[in-house]
Amino acid sequence: MLGRVPRRRWTAFAAVAMTGALALSACGGNDSKGNNDKSQVEVFSWWTGPGEADGLAAMKADFEKKNPGTKFVNAAIAGGSGTQAQAVLASRLQNRKPPDSFQGHAGAELLDYIKAGQIEPLDSFYDENNLKSVYPQQLIQQISYKGHIYSVPVNIHRSNMLWYNPGILKDAGISDAPKSIPEFIADLKAVKEKTKKVPLSLGAQWTADHLLENVLLGDLGTDAYNALWKPGADWSSPAMTKALGDYAEILKYTTTEAASTDWQGAAKAVVDGKAAFNIMGDWAYGYFVGSAPNGLGKKLDTDFKYAPTPGTDGTYLWLSDSFTLPKGAPHRAGALAWLKEVSGREGQDLFNPKKGSVPARKDADKSLYSTGYLKYAFEQWNNPATKLAGSFWHGVNASKKQHTDIDTAVGLFLQSKDVAKLQSQLVAAAKNSGQ
Amino acid sequence: MTGGGKGRRWNLRRSRRWLPGLLLVSPSIVAIGLFVYGLIFWNTRVALSGKHDEVSPYGFDKGKNFVDLWHQPSWPGAVKHALLFTAVFVLGALLLGAFLAFLMDKGIRGEASFRVVYLFPMAVSFIASGVVWRWLMNPAPPQRAVGFNQLFDKLHLSGLANDWWQDPSWGMAAMALPAIWQMSGYVMALYLAGFRSVPEELREAARVDGASEWKVYRYVVFPQLRPVTLSALIILGHISLKVFDLIMAIAGKQIITYVPAIATYVEIFDRHDPANGATIATYLLLAVAVLVIPYLVWSVRTERNR
Repeated sequence: MLGRVPRRRWTAFAAVAMTGALALSACGGNDSKGNNDKSQVEVFSWWTGPGEADGLAAMKADFEKKNPGTKFVNAAIAGGSGTQAQAVLASRLQNRKPPDSFQGHAGAELLDYIKAGQIEPLDSFYDENNLKSVYPQQLIQQISYKGHIYSVPVNIHRSNMLWYNPGILKDAGISDAPKSIPEFIADLKAVKEKTKKVPLSLGAQWTADHLLENVLLGDLGTDAYNALWKPGADWSSPAMTKALGDYAEILKYTTTEAASTDWQGAAKAVVDGKAAFNIMGDWAYGYFVGSAPNGLGKKLDTDFKYAPTPGTDGTYLWLSDSFTLPKGAPHRAGALAWLKEVSGREGQDLFNPKKGSVPARKDADKSLYSTGYLKYAFEQWNNPATKLAGSFWHGVNASKKQHTDIDTAVGLFLQSKDVAKLQSQLVAAAKNSGQ
Repeated sequence: MTGGGKGRRWNLRRSRRWLPGLLLVSPSIVAIGLFVYGLIFWNTRVALSGKHDEVSPYGFDKGKNFVDLWHQPSWPGAVKHALLFTAVFVLGALLLGAFLAFLMDKGIRGEASFRVVYLFPMAVSFIASGVVWRWLMNPAPPQRAVGFNQLFDKLHLSGLANDWWQDPSWGMAAMALPAIWQMSGYVMALYLAGFRSVPEELREAARVDGASEWKVYRYVVFPQLRPVTLSALIILGHISLKVFDLIMAIAGKQIITYVPAIATYVEIFDRHDPANGATIATYLLLAVAVLVIPYLVWSVRTERNR
């Protein structure tokens, strides 16, 4: 009979709860710009997976220690790369019920929010906290829109990573990872002819988009790739035609059942010895070496190796999770405190080792990133000679419209294999991008 | 027409008959009016506007979206996929359902349990069964095969192995298989009820006249089942035109299995283009209306004739 509550009292509870809810919603109604409510902060993200959720929890603990009066409300919504979360977020923003801060890929993915006036520029926040000097200069340039910054990057992932199975490469008589696209195509051919394995494993349609950005970067070079995302960019050049031709050639060596698997299945094929190569962002590393049930428990150098994708060494094709300040955030001061946490050195050093990414700041603690791939990534990111290019598929430089239109063009291309059509649709996508 | 105070009291007494009923249903009338017809109106308004992003106004643009949609590279494929899916799914479920009902009607041992077995798939959501069918219909070659292809391979029938829904031209026909599996039990139940409602005397009379069992069904039973067939057709037809969850679970948002309902989602939530999304939703509504309205008219008429 422990804890049994009479029915009457339940009714009373319900009544109190209802009144409370009404009172709360009444409070929510009269928010105004620049309010100084620091009692709580509602943080909206899609960090629910292994690693990332732990990283968020670590930042939360640190945040609550530094801001004792502020209650942290975790409004995370599950779903890879945030597709579900973004649908929920869109309706909340439309109804003018924004969270205090929400996660978004830094860069052009936020354009629609900026144009709709749903998020505030953070220039003064950057100045107050001296952030412009702690982030790499190229990063600041690439996430600015018309000279203003709208989000605070927490971490950096790398898109241009090639994962390969050393055993299969040996069987195919390949000594080292390919350094250029033509070399890559020759290697794919060798794998196909000399082993019975899949030369390049591929997953669902979006992994073909991911492959496209890597082939474009490898073939066109960093500067020409970056120029593709400027207004009035030329997608009809002969260099582009050649790159798309290479892309078509590479796709000939991919998995037949690609559409039935997501990136995990495609990446797993490499460490399971079924495929020679896979091109996927560096989140694959955590999946490979992590322990079960979320990881595969494989070993670097014996089960798999990594290299930058062909023709992209020295360039970091980056993507970043960042946080924003929505207009009309109910607890604006709480949100600013949160942004301070995620932009701070300690916050980023707590989050990134768990998530398997590197801090966006230049002054992070090197000793935390001293093993395996993270050591390499940390060195590359903090090497002043490294060039930066934004990943279009992961939200850095294509607006949502252009992003979806490229995805459609790629999807149609996977059926038709018609390079000329692909190029004309990419040209149209760039023209209609609305940037 | 009724005169004086007497009529007034009469009206009151009459209103006592219909008023409580009206009051009882009025919340649902209001709710349906607001949340169904109100939203249909709003959707049409967005579809007729130039609101191609969050900030543009809802300006009227003379139905331009309805024409422009056909120039979008992914749209003709989506329509083709929906039609192919509908054709295979509706025909398949009708034929299989009728056949199962026919077997049941012939008096199978343990009919009740078979009925449950066939009806059960309907209780499973498309989202859940879709995940299983995604594995079953995996087109990997023999050395990596899973699902049906692996089964065929083990049975030395590898000639039967195929690309399933990843076939560029006939993929949507394979996509209809899970839907057939799921809905044929329901069609069976409809037909079985229909079969049972045909009086035994009619069949006896036909048999006395020397009709074979096949002819009894062909000329006596089935002609009486036209209403059943029609309602099954409508129900399956509108399910298949709006299909979303099954395809989301099996293939996700890929062009190879693009259908109008997925296109709506992509336009609104991925492309941030409310006007285009609403336009597709309006086309979907029209397509379903073409099916449902004649059926409603017909059923109202037959009811009146009774």
